[in-house]
Amino acid sequence: MAMEYSEKVMEHFAHPHNVGVIEDADGVGEVGNAKCGDIMRMYLKVSADEIIEDVKFQTFGCASAIATSSIATDMIKGQPLSEALKLTNQAVVESLDGLPAVKVHCSVLAEQAVKAAVADYYKRKGLPYEHPCGACGGEGCCGHDHGHEEE
Amino acid sequence: MFVYADNAATTAMSRAAVEAMTPAMHQLYGNPSSLHQKGREANYALMGAREAVARCLNASAREIYFTGCGTEADNWAITEAARLGAEQGKRHIISDTIEHHAVLHTLKKLEKQGFEVTYLPVHEDGVVRLEELAAALRPDTCLVTVMFSNNEIGTVQPVREIGALCRERGVLFHTDAVQAVGHMPVDVEADNIDMLSLSGHKFHAPKGVGALYCRKSVKLKNFIEGGAQERGRRGGTEAIPAILAMAAALEESCAHLEENAAKVSAMRDKLIAGLRQIPCSRCNGSPDHRAPGIVSFCFEGIEGESLLLRLDLAGICASSGSACTSGSLDPSHVLLALGLPHEIAHGSLRLSLSAYNTMEEVDYILEQVPQVVRELRQMSPVWMHMLEKMEDPYRAAN
Repeated sequence: MAMEYSEKVMEHFAHPHNVGVIEDADGVGEVGNAKCGDIMRMYLKVSADEIIEDVKFQTFGCASAIATSSIATDMIKGQPLSEALKLTNQAVVESLDGLPAVKVHCSVLAEQAVKAAVADYYKRKGLPYEHPCGACGGEGCCGHDHGHEEE
Repeated sequence: MFVYADNAATTAMSRAAVEAMTPAMHQLYGNPSSLHQKGREANYALMGAREAVARCLNASAREIYFTGCGTEADNWAITEAARLGAEQGKRHIISDTIEHHAVLHTLKKLEKQGFEVTYLPVHEDGVVRLEELAAALRPDTCLVTVMFSNNEIGTVQPVREIGALCRERGVLFHTDAVQAVGHMPVDVEADNIDMLSLSGHKFHAPKGVGALYCRKSVKLKNFIEGGAQERGRRGGTEAIPAILAMAAALEESCAHLEENAAKVSAMRDKLIAGLRQIPCSRCNGSPDHRAPGIVSFCFEGIEGESLLLRLDLAGICASSGSACTSGSLDPSHVLLALGLPHEIAHGSLRLSLSAYNTMEEVDYILEQVPQVVRELRQMSPVWMHMLEKMEDPYRAAN
Protein backbone atom coordinates (compact mmCIF):
# COMPACT_ATOMS: atom_id res chain seq x y z
CA MET A 1 0.00 0.00 0.00
CA ALA A 2 1.32 3.35 -0.95
CA MET A 3 1.76 5.79 1.89
CA GLU A 4 -0.47 8.84 1.80
CA TYR A 5 1.12 12.05 3.04
CA SER A 6 -0.89 15.22 3.59
CA GLU A 7 -0.15 18.28 1.45
CA LYS A 8 1.28 19.93 4.55
CA VAL A 9 3.77 17.10 5.04
CA MET A 10 4.82 17.27 1.39
CA GLU A 11 5.19 21.05 1.59
CA HIS A 12 7.49 20.83 4.63
CA PHE A 13 9.36 17.91 3.06
CA ALA A 14 9.91 19.67 -0.26
CA HIS A 15 10.80 23.04 1.31
CA PRO A 16 11.78 22.42 4.94
CA HIS A 17 12.10 25.44 7.25
CA ASN A 18 15.06 26.11 9.55
CA VAL A 19 17.47 23.59 8.00
CA GLY A 20 21.08 23.98 9.03
CA VAL A 21 23.53 24.35 11.88
CA ILE A 22 23.92 27.04 14.56
CA GLU A 23 27.68 27.16 15.15
CA ASP A 24 27.46 28.88 18.57
CA ALA A 25 24.30 27.08 19.72
CA ASP A 26 23.29 27.24 23.38
CA GLY A 27 21.78 23.78 23.25
CA VAL A 28 22.09 20.84 20.83
CA GLY A 29 20.01 17.68 20.94
CA GLU A 30 20.35 14.56 18.83
CA VAL A 31 17.94 11.62 18.93
CA GLY A 32 17.35 8.47 16.91
CA ASN A 33 19.89 6.19 15.31
CA ALA A 34 20.93 5.43 11.77
CA LYS A 35 20.17 1.73 12.13
CA CYS A 36 16.48 2.57 12.51
CA GLY A 37 16.68 4.97 9.61
CA ASP A 38 16.20 8.32 11.31
CA ILE A 39 18.29 10.80 13.25
CA MET A 40 17.35 14.35 14.17
CA ARG A 41 19.74 16.97 15.48
CA MET A 42 18.37 20.26 16.76
CA TYR A 43 20.28 23.46 17.57
CA LEU A 44 18.91 26.23 19.82
CA LYS A 45 19.96 29.82 20.29
CA VAL A 46 18.43 30.97 23.56
CA SER A 47 18.22 34.57 24.90
CA ALA A 48 18.97 35.60 28.48
CA ASP A 49 15.27 35.52 29.31
CA GLU A 50 14.99 31.97 27.93
CA ILE A 51 13.32 32.76 24.64
CA ILE A 52 14.27 30.54 21.66
CA GLU A 53 15.69 33.18 19.34
CA ASP A 54 16.75 30.77 16.65
CA VAL A 55 16.46 27.08 15.91
CA LYS A 56 17.95 24.93 13.16
CA PHE A 57 17.79 21.23 12.43
CA GLN A 58 19.51 18.48 10.49
CA THR A 59 17.66 15.26 9.82
CA PHE A 60 18.54 11.91 8.28
CA GLY A 61 15.29 10.14 7.58
CA CYS A 62 12.18 9.76 5.53
CA ALA A 63 9.86 12.51 4.30
CA SER A 64 7.86 12.54 7.51
CA ALA A 65 11.03 12.78 9.63
CA ILE A 66 12.07 15.86 7.65
CA ALA A 67 8.56 17.36 7.75
CA THR A 68 8.12 16.81 11.51
CA SER A 69 11.53 18.39 12.18
CA SER A 70 10.63 21.36 10.02
CA ILE A 71 7.27 22.03 11.64
CA ALA A 72 8.56 21.41 15.17
CA THR A 73 11.20 24.10 14.67
CA ASP A 74 8.49 26.47 13.41
CA MET A 75 6.39 25.72 16.47
CA ILE A 76 9.10 26.53 19.02
CA LYS A 77 10.86 29.43 17.30
CA GLY A 78 10.31 32.65 19.28
CA GLN A 79 8.76 30.72 22.16
CA PRO A 80 10.01 30.62 25.75
CA LEU A 81 11.76 27.35 26.71
CA SER A 82 8.89 26.56 29.05
CA GLU A 83 6.53 26.53 26.05
CA ALA A 84 8.90 24.45 23.92
CA LEU A 85 8.91 21.82 26.65
CA LYS A 86 5.14 21.55 26.32
CA LEU A 87 5.45 20.50 22.66
CA THR A 88 3.82 17.12 22.15
CA ASN A 89 4.05 14.73 19.26
CA GLN A 90 0.26 14.93 18.89
CA ALA A 91 0.54 18.69 18.34
CA VAL A 92 3.18 18.03 15.66
CA VAL A 93 0.93 15.49 13.96
CA GLU A 94 -2.05 17.86 14.05
CA SER A 95 -0.04 20.74 12.61
CA LEU A 96 0.88 18.51 9.68
CA ASP A 97 -2.77 17.55 9.08
CA GLY A 98 -2.00 14.00 10.20
CA LEU A 99 0.63 11.36 9.56
CA PRO A 100 0.25 7.75 8.36
CA ALA A 101 0.12 5.41 11.39
CA VAL A 102 3.53 3.87 10.64
CA LYS A 103 5.05 7.37 10.59
CA VAL A 104 3.77 8.64 13.92
CA HIS A 105 7.11 7.68 15.50
CA CYS A 106 8.70 10.53 13.51
CA SER A 107 6.60 13.03 15.46
CA VAL A 108 7.76 11.40 18.70
CA LEU A 109 11.32 11.84 17.50
CA ALA A 110 10.70 15.55 16.77
CA GLU A 111 9.32 16.08 20.28
CA GLN A 112 12.30 14.24 21.75
CA ALA A 113 14.78 16.24 19.67
CA VAL A 114 13.36 19.54 20.96
CA LYS A 115 13.46 18.30 24.54
CA ALA A 116 16.97 16.91 24.17
CA ALA A 117 18.17 20.31 22.89
CA VAL A 118 16.50 22.09 25.82
CA ALA A 119 18.00 19.55 28.23
CA ASP A 120 21.41 20.25 26.74
CA TYR A 121 20.85 23.98 27.26
CA TYR A 122 20.09 23.43 30.95
CA LYS A 123 23.03 21.08 31.30
CA ARG A 124 25.40 23.66 29.84
CA LYS A 125 23.99 26.28 32.21
CA GLY A 126 24.40 23.91 35.14
CA LEU A 127 20.68 24.13 35.87
CA PRO A 128 18.68 21.16 37.16
CA TYR A 129 16.53 19.50 34.52
CA GLU A 130 14.75 16.19 34.33
CA HIS A 131 14.82 14.61 30.88
CA PRO A 132 11.21 14.27 29.82
CA CYS A 133 11.76 11.01 28.03
CA GLY A 134 12.44 9.01 31.18
CA ALA A 135 12.05 5.65 29.55
CA CYS A 136 15.14 5.95 27.40
CA GLY A 137 17.29 8.05 29.69
CA GLY A 138 17.77 10.52 26.88
CA GLU A 139 20.06 8.23 24.93
CA GLY A 140 19.25 6.59 21.65
CA CYS A 141 15.56 7.44 21.45
CA CYS A 142 14.34 6.39 18.07
CA GLY A 143 10.62 6.72 18.52
CA HIS A 144 10.05 3.22 17.24
CA ASP A 145 8.09 0.66 19.11
CA HIS A 146 10.25 -2.36 18.42
CA GLY A 147 7.78 -4.63 20.12
CA HIS A 148 5.48 -4.58 17.11
CA GLU A 149 5.73 -7.11 14.37
CA GLU A 150 5.93 -6.14 10.75
CA GLU A 151 2.47 -6.11 9.19
CA MET B 1 10.23 15.98 -17.64
CA PHE B 2 8.41 12.83 -16.58
CA VAL B 3 10.35 9.55 -16.37
CA TYR B 4 8.88 6.19 -15.43
CA ALA B 5 11.80 4.18 -14.07
CA ASP B 6 9.96 1.63 -11.96
CA ASN B 7 9.43 -1.14 -14.50
CA ALA B 8 10.38 -3.87 -12.03
CA ALA B 9 7.28 -2.85 -10.05
CA THR B 10 5.08 -2.87 -13.11
CA THR B 11 5.11 -1.84 -16.75
CA ALA B 12 2.86 0.13 -19.06
CA MET B 13 0.75 -2.08 -21.33
CA SER B 14 2.11 -2.50 -24.83
CA ARG B 15 0.09 -1.58 -27.87
CA ALA B 16 0.05 -5.27 -28.81
CA ALA B 17 -1.46 -6.13 -25.43
CA VAL B 18 -4.12 -3.44 -25.67
CA GLU B 19 -4.93 -4.46 -29.24
CA ALA B 20 -5.34 -8.09 -28.20
CA MET B 21 -7.38 -7.20 -25.15
CA THR B 22 -9.83 -4.69 -26.59
CA PRO B 23 -11.64 -6.94 -29.12
CA ALA B 24 -11.55 -9.74 -26.55
CA MET B 25 -13.48 -7.51 -24.15
CA HIS B 26 -15.98 -6.56 -26.85
CA GLN B 27 -16.52 -9.88 -28.54
CA LEU B 28 -14.99 -12.83 -26.73
CA TYR B 29 -17.40 -12.78 -23.83
CA GLY B 30 -18.23 -16.46 -24.05
CA ASN B 31 -17.19 -18.81 -21.26
CA PRO B 32 -14.51 -21.16 -22.67
CA SER B 33 -16.21 -24.01 -20.81
CA SER B 34 -19.51 -23.50 -22.71
CA LEU B 35 -20.32 -25.81 -25.60
CA HIS B 36 -22.04 -23.22 -27.79
CA GLN B 37 -20.39 -21.08 -30.43
CA LYS B 38 -19.47 -18.18 -28.12
CA GLY B 39 -17.88 -20.66 -25.73
CA ARG B 40 -16.00 -22.42 -28.50
CA GLU B 41 -14.80 -19.08 -29.85
CA ALA B 42 -13.38 -18.10 -26.43
CA ASN B 43 -11.88 -21.54 -25.92
CA TYR B 44 -10.18 -21.41 -29.30
CA ALA B 45 -8.63 -18.04 -28.44
CA LEU B 46 -7.53 -19.41 -25.06
CA MET B 47 -5.83 -22.38 -26.72
CA GLY B 48 -3.99 -20.02 -29.05
CA ALA B 49 -2.78 -17.93 -26.10
CA ARG B 50 -1.61 -21.02 -24.24
CA GLU B 51 0.35 -22.19 -27.27
CA ALA B 52 1.92 -18.76 -27.67
CA VAL B 53 3.07 -18.62 -24.05
CA ALA B 54 4.38 -22.19 -24.30
CA ARG B 55 6.35 -21.36 -27.45
CA CYS B 56 8.05 -18.41 -25.76
CA LEU B 57 9.31 -20.72 -22.99
CA ASN B 58 10.04 -23.73 -25.23
CA ALA B 59 7.36 -25.67 -23.36
CA SER B 60 4.27 -27.47 -24.61
CA ALA B 61 0.81 -25.93 -24.25
CA ARG B 62 -0.38 -28.57 -21.81
CA GLU B 63 2.38 -27.53 -19.40
CA ILE B 64 1.07 -23.95 -19.08
CA TYR B 65 -1.47 -23.08 -16.39
CA PHE B 66 -2.84 -19.54 -16.32
CA THR B 67 -3.06 -17.96 -12.88
CA GLY B 68 -4.17 -14.66 -11.38
CA CYS B 69 -0.59 -13.47 -10.79
CA GLY B 70 3.01 -14.53 -10.35
CA THR B 71 2.49 -14.83 -6.60
CA GLU B 72 -0.22 -17.43 -7.13
CA ALA B 73 2.08 -19.42 -9.42
CA ASP B 74 4.85 -19.32 -6.78
CA ASN B 75 2.47 -20.42 -4.02
CA TRP B 76 1.07 -23.20 -6.17
CA ALA B 77 4.39 -24.59 -7.42
CA ILE B 78 6.09 -24.63 -4.03
CA THR B 79 3.11 -25.99 -2.12
CA GLU B 80 2.61 -28.76 -4.69
CA ALA B 81 6.28 -29.69 -4.87
CA ALA B 82 6.30 -29.94 -1.08
CA ARG B 83 3.20 -32.11 -1.07
CA LEU B 84 4.71 -34.43 -3.69
CA GLY B 85 7.90 -34.60 -1.64
CA ALA B 86 6.05 -35.39 1.57
CA GLU B 87 4.31 -38.31 -0.19
CA GLN B 88 7.76 -39.86 -0.56
CA GLY B 89 8.82 -38.87 2.94
CA LYS B 90 10.96 -35.98 1.66
CA ARG B 91 10.48 -32.83 3.69
CA HIS B 92 13.56 -30.74 2.95
CA ILE B 93 13.55 -27.69 0.64
CA ILE B 94 16.42 -25.48 -0.51
CA SER B 95 16.02 -21.82 -1.40
CA ASP B 96 18.02 -18.63 -0.85
CA THR B 97 17.84 -15.48 1.21
CA ILE B 98 16.88 -12.99 -1.54
CA GLU B 99 13.70 -14.58 -2.89
CA HIS B 100 10.50 -12.57 -3.32
CA HIS B 101 8.06 -12.71 -0.42
CA ALA B 102 5.72 -14.81 -2.57
CA VAL B 103 8.33 -17.56 -2.21
CA LEU B 104 9.69 -16.75 1.26
CA HIS B 105 6.29 -16.54 2.93
CA THR B 106 5.14 -19.78 1.28
CA LEU B 107 8.30 -21.45 2.62
CA LYS B 108 7.64 -20.03 6.11
CA LYS B 109 4.18 -21.56 6.00
CA LEU B 110 5.66 -24.94 5.02
CA GLU B 111 8.19 -24.70 7.84
CA LYS B 112 5.28 -24.38 10.26
CA GLN B 113 3.88 -27.56 8.72
CA GLY B 114 7.07 -29.46 9.51
CA PHE B 115 9.17 -28.92 6.39
CA GLU B 116 12.80 -27.97 6.82
CA VAL B 117 14.12 -25.16 4.60
CA THR B 118 17.77 -24.34 3.92
CA TYR B 119 18.26 -20.73 2.80
CA LEU B 120 21.48 -20.48 0.80
CA PRO B 121 23.46 -17.28 1.35
CA VAL B 122 24.02 -15.12 -1.72
CA HIS B 123 27.36 -13.45 -0.99
CA GLU B 124 28.14 -9.81 -1.65
CA ASP B 125 27.31 -10.08 -5.36
CA GLY B 126 23.86 -11.56 -4.77
CA VAL B 127 24.69 -14.84 -6.53
CA VAL B 128 23.98 -18.33 -5.19
CA ARG B 129 27.06 -20.60 -5.24
CA LEU B 130 26.63 -23.99 -6.93
CA GLU B 131 29.02 -25.74 -4.58
CA GLU B 132 26.98 -24.53 -1.62
CA LEU B 133 23.82 -25.80 -3.26
CA ALA B 134 25.49 -29.16 -3.95
CA ALA B 135 26.55 -29.40 -0.31
CA ALA B 136 23.06 -28.53 0.91
CA LEU B 137 21.28 -31.21 -1.17
CA ARG B 138 20.19 -34.18 0.95
CA PRO B 139 18.48 -37.50 0.24
CA ASP B 140 15.26 -36.01 1.63
CA THR B 141 15.42 -32.79 -0.44
CA CYS B 142 12.25 -32.56 -2.52
CA LEU B 143 12.56 -29.06 -4.01
CA VAL B 144 15.06 -26.38 -4.91
CA THR B 145 13.50 -22.97 -5.56
CA VAL B 146 15.83 -20.20 -6.72
CA MET B 147 14.68 -17.12 -8.58
CA PHE B 148 15.81 -16.49 -12.17
CA SER B 149 16.68 -12.83 -11.59
CA ASN B 150 16.18 -10.66 -8.55
CA ASN B 151 13.58 -7.90 -8.50
CA GLU B 152 15.58 -5.47 -6.34
CA ILE B 153 19.17 -5.82 -7.46
CA GLY B 154 18.73 -7.51 -10.83
CA THR B 155 21.19 -10.32 -10.14
CA VAL B 156 20.73 -13.30 -12.48
CA GLN B 157 21.27 -16.72 -10.89
CA PRO B 158 23.05 -19.64 -12.61
CA VAL B 159 19.67 -21.22 -13.32
CA ARG B 160 20.82 -23.68 -15.98
CA GLU B 161 23.56 -25.10 -13.76
CA ILE B 162 21.25 -25.23 -10.74
CA GLY B 163 18.68 -27.07 -12.87
CA ALA B 164 21.28 -29.54 -14.11
CA LEU B 165 22.43 -30.29 -10.59
CA CYS B 166 18.85 -30.80 -9.42
CA ARG B 167 18.12 -33.14 -12.33
CA GLU B 168 21.24 -35.16 -11.56
CA ARG B 169 20.07 -35.56 -7.95
CA GLY B 170 16.43 -36.19 -8.84
CA VAL B 171 15.15 -33.05 -7.10
CA LEU B 172 12.41 -30.80 -8.48
CA PHE B 173 13.58 -27.33 -9.51
CA HIS B 174 11.26 -24.32 -9.43
CA THR B 175 12.27 -20.83 -10.44
CA ASP B 176 10.44 -17.56 -9.87
CA ALA B 177 11.07 -16.02 -13.30
CA VAL B 178 8.71 -13.08 -12.83
CA GLN B 179 11.51 -10.56 -13.54
CA ALA B 180 13.12 -12.62 -16.29
CA VAL B 181 10.41 -13.74 -18.71
CA GLY B 182 10.10 -11.29 -21.57
CA HIS B 183 13.43 -9.66 -20.69
CA MET B 184 16.02 -12.39 -21.16
CA PRO B 185 16.09 -15.80 -22.85
CA VAL B 186 14.19 -18.38 -20.77
CA ASP B 187 14.09 -21.94 -22.11
CA VAL B 188 12.63 -24.52 -19.75
CA GLU B 189 14.35 -27.37 -21.63
CA ALA B 190 17.83 -25.91 -21.95
CA ASP B 191 17.63 -24.36 -18.47
CA ASN B 192 16.54 -27.66 -16.84
CA ILE B 193 13.50 -26.08 -15.20
CA ASP B 194 10.66 -28.23 -13.81
CA MET B 195 8.40 -25.42 -12.62
CA LEU B 196 8.45 -21.71 -13.44
CA SER B 197 6.34 -18.75 -12.36
CA LEU B 198 5.73 -15.70 -14.52
CA SER B 199 3.66 -12.54 -14.27
CA GLY B 200 2.16 -10.64 -17.21
CA HIS B 201 2.40 -7.07 -15.96
CA LYS B 202 6.20 -7.23 -15.76
CA PHE B 203 6.40 -7.44 -19.55
CA HIS B 204 3.75 -4.94 -20.67
CA ALA B 205 0.67 -7.15 -20.19
CA PRO B 206 -2.13 -6.07 -17.83
CA LYS B 207 -2.13 -6.73 -14.09
CA GLY B 208 -4.09 -9.70 -12.78
CA VAL B 209 -2.68 -12.47 -14.94
CA GLY B 210 0.28 -14.81 -14.66
CA ALA B 211 1.17 -18.40 -15.43
CA LEU B 212 2.77 -21.47 -14.00
CA TYR B 213 4.81 -23.73 -16.21
CA CYS B 214 4.86 -27.26 -14.82
CA ARG B 215 6.70 -30.08 -16.58
CA LYS B 216 4.25 -32.80 -17.56
CA SER B 217 6.11 -35.44 -15.56
CA VAL B 218 5.27 -33.55 -12.36
CA LYS B 219 1.96 -34.78 -10.95
CA LEU B 220 0.55 -31.34 -10.19
CA LYS B 221 -2.71 -31.20 -8.25
CA ASN B 222 -5.12 -28.30 -8.10
CA PHE B 223 -4.50 -25.33 -5.88
CA ILE B 224 -7.92 -23.72 -6.27
CA GLU B 225 -10.90 -26.08 -6.00
CA GLY B 226 -13.67 -25.63 -8.52
CA GLY B 227 -14.49 -26.41 -12.11
CA ALA B 228 -12.54 -28.17 -14.83
CA GLN B 229 -10.64 -25.11 -16.04
CA GLU B 230 -6.90 -25.37 -16.67
CA ARG B 231 -7.19 -29.12 -17.16
CA GLY B 232 -8.95 -29.41 -13.84
CA ARG B 233 -5.99 -27.93 -11.94
CA ARG B 234 -7.29 -24.45 -11.29
CA GLY B 235 -10.98 -23.73 -10.92
CA GLY B 236 -12.31 -20.32 -11.93
CA THR B 237 -13.41 -18.97 -15.30
CA GLU B 238 -10.38 -17.87 -17.28
CA ALA B 239 -9.68 -14.14 -17.62
CA ILE B 240 -9.78 -14.30 -21.42
CA PRO B 241 -8.98 -10.63 -22.23
CA ALA B 242 -6.04 -10.55 -19.81
CA ILE B 243 -4.72 -13.92 -20.95
CA LEU B 244 -4.86 -12.93 -24.62
CA ALA B 245 -3.15 -9.64 -23.81
CA MET B 246 -0.43 -11.47 -21.89
CA ALA B 247 0.19 -13.86 -24.75
CA ALA B 248 0.42 -10.96 -27.22
CA ALA B 249 2.75 -8.98 -24.96
CA LEU B 250 4.98 -11.99 -24.40
CA GLU B 251 5.18 -12.86 -28.08
CA GLU B 252 6.14 -9.28 -28.86
CA SER B 253 8.75 -9.17 -26.06
CA CYS B 254 10.26 -12.48 -27.13
CA ALA B 255 10.37 -11.44 -30.79
CA HIS B 256 12.41 -8.35 -29.83
CA LEU B 257 14.31 -9.86 -26.92
CA GLU B 258 17.82 -9.25 -28.18
CA GLU B 259 17.34 -5.73 -29.48
CA ASN B 260 15.41 -4.67 -26.38
CA ALA B 261 18.02 -6.19 -24.07
CA ALA B 262 20.78 -4.38 -25.96
CA LYS B 263 18.94 -1.06 -25.80
CA VAL B 264 17.97 -1.39 -22.13
CA SER B 265 21.42 -2.65 -21.06
CA ALA B 266 23.08 0.33 -22.70
CA MET B 267 20.82 2.69 -20.71
CA ARG B 268 21.44 0.68 -17.53
CA ASP B 269 25.22 0.84 -17.99
CA LYS B 270 25.12 4.58 -18.56
CA LEU B 271 23.06 5.02 -15.40
CA ILE B 272 25.46 2.87 -13.37
CA ALA B 273 28.52 4.70 -14.67
CA GLY B 274 26.90 8.06 -13.96
CA LEU B 275 25.65 7.24 -10.48
CA ARG B 276 29.03 5.81 -9.49
CA GLN B 277 30.39 9.36 -9.79
CA ILE B 278 28.44 10.27 -6.65
CA PRO B 279 30.83 10.03 -3.66
CA CYS B 280 30.07 7.28 -1.13
CA SER B 281 27.72 5.44 -3.42
CA ARG B 282 27.66 1.76 -4.24
CA CYS B 283 26.09 -0.27 -6.98
CA ASN B 284 24.36 -3.34 -5.54
CA GLY B 285 24.46 -6.79 -7.07
CA SER B 286 26.78 -8.62 -9.43
CA PRO B 287 28.22 -6.45 -12.20
CA ASP B 288 28.47 -9.47 -14.52
CA HIS B 289 25.23 -11.37 -13.93
CA ARG B 290 22.68 -8.58 -14.17
CA ALA B 291 19.20 -8.23 -15.67
CA PRO B 292 19.11 -5.68 -18.50
CA GLY B 293 16.90 -3.10 -16.80
CA ILE B 294 17.65 -3.03 -13.08
CA VAL B 295 19.95 -0.56 -11.34
CA SER B 296 20.28 -0.64 -7.56
CA PHE B 297 22.36 1.86 -5.60
CA CYS B 298 22.95 2.87 -2.01
CA PHE B 299 23.94 6.41 -1.13
CA GLU B 300 25.46 6.78 2.30
CA GLY B 301 24.17 9.43 4.68
CA ILE B 302 20.65 9.69 3.28
CA GLU B 303 17.42 7.75 3.57
CA GLY B 304 15.73 6.11 0.60
CA GLU B 305 12.18 7.32 1.03
CA SER B 306 13.26 10.97 1.04
CA LEU B 307 15.31 10.34 -2.07
CA LEU B 308 12.40 8.60 -3.76
CA LEU B 309 9.91 11.34 -2.96
CA ARG B 310 12.27 14.16 -3.92
CA LEU B 311 12.80 12.39 -7.26
CA ASP B 312 9.03 12.04 -7.58
CA LEU B 313 8.75 15.81 -7.16
CA ALA B 314 11.25 16.09 -10.01
CA GLY B 315 9.07 13.83 -12.18
CA ILE B 316 11.03 10.58 -11.77
CA CYS B 317 9.22 7.42 -10.62
CA ALA B 318 11.65 5.08 -8.85
CA SER B 319 11.64 2.68 -5.93
CA SER B 320 13.60 2.07 -2.74
CA GLY B 321 14.31 -0.84 -0.45
CA SER B 322 14.34 1.45 2.57
CA ALA B 323 12.29 0.47 5.61
CA CYS B 324 10.30 3.67 5.38
CA THR B 325 8.90 2.86 1.96
CA SER B 326 7.64 -0.53 3.06
CA GLY B 327 6.14 0.55 6.36
CA SER B 328 8.31 -1.93 8.25
CA LEU B 329 11.25 -1.10 10.48
CA ASP B 330 13.87 -3.04 8.61
CA PRO B 331 15.30 -2.22 5.21
CA SER B 332 14.99 -4.71 2.35
CA HIS B 333 15.91 -8.31 3.19
CA VAL B 334 17.69 -8.47 -0.16
CA LEU B 335 20.10 -5.63 0.65
CA LEU B 336 20.71 -6.99 4.14
CA ALA B 337 21.43 -10.44 2.62
CA LEU B 338 24.25 -8.81 0.61
CA GLY B 339 25.82 -7.95 3.94
CA LEU B 340 25.01 -4.24 3.84
CA PRO B 341 24.60 -2.65 7.28
CA HIS B 342 21.14 -1.23 8.07
CA GLU B 343 22.29 2.40 7.89
CA ILE B 344 23.54 1.94 4.33
CA ALA B 345 20.64 -0.25 3.18
CA HIS B 346 18.26 2.54 4.30
CA GLY B 347 19.71 4.77 1.57
CA SER B 348 18.82 2.57 -1.38
CA LEU B 349 17.41 3.49 -4.75
CA ARG B 350 16.17 1.18 -7.49
CA LEU B 351 15.76 2.44 -11.03
CA SER B 352 14.27 -0.12 -13.40
CA LEU B 353 14.10 0.50 -17.13
CA SER B 354 12.21 -0.95 -20.05
CA ALA B 355 12.48 -0.59 -23.80
CA TYR B 356 10.04 2.33 -23.48
CA ASN B 357 12.69 4.46 -21.77
CA THR B 358 15.08 6.68 -23.69
CA MET B 359 18.66 7.94 -23.33
CA GLU B 360 17.25 11.46 -22.82
CA GLU B 361 15.42 10.14 -19.78
CA VAL B 362 18.61 8.52 -18.51
CA ASP B 363 20.39 11.86 -18.90
CA TYR B 364 17.63 13.56 -16.93
CA ILE B 365 17.91 10.97 -14.14
CA LEU B 366 21.68 11.52 -14.05
CA GLU B 367 21.09 15.24 -13.72
CA GLN B 368 18.51 14.94 -10.94
CA VAL B 369 19.79 12.12 -8.69
CA PRO B 370 23.17 13.71 -7.81
CA GLN B 371 21.40 16.99 -7.05
CA VAL B 372 18.80 15.40 -4.77
CA VAL B 373 21.46 13.30 -3.03
CA ARG B 374 23.49 16.47 -2.43
CA GLU B 375 20.50 18.37 -1.03
CA LEU B 376 19.53 15.57 1.33
CA ARG B 377 23.12 15.10 2.47
CA GLN B 378 23.35 18.79 3.26
CA MET B 379 20.60 18.38 5.82
CA SER B 380 21.78 15.00 7.13
CA PRO B 381 23.55 14.77 10.50
CA VAL B 382 24.81 11.32 9.46
CA TRP B 383 26.54 12.80 6.43
CA MET B 384 28.01 15.57 8.60
CA HIS B 385 29.45 12.93 10.95
CA MET B 386 30.87 11.08 7.95
CA LEU B 387 32.47 14.21 6.54
CA GLU B 388 34.16 14.89 9.86
CA LYS B 389 35.72 11.42 9.84
CA MET B 390 36.69 11.40 6.18
CA GLU B 391 40.09 12.50 4.98
CA ASP B 392 38.93 12.93 1.44
CA PRO B 393 35.22 13.64 1.33
CA TYR B 394 35.09 12.90 -2.35
CA ARG B 395 36.52 9.42 -2.27
CA ALA B 396 34.42 7.23 -4.52
CA ALA B 397 33.13 4.12 -2.83
CA ASN B 398 33.49 2.09 -6.00
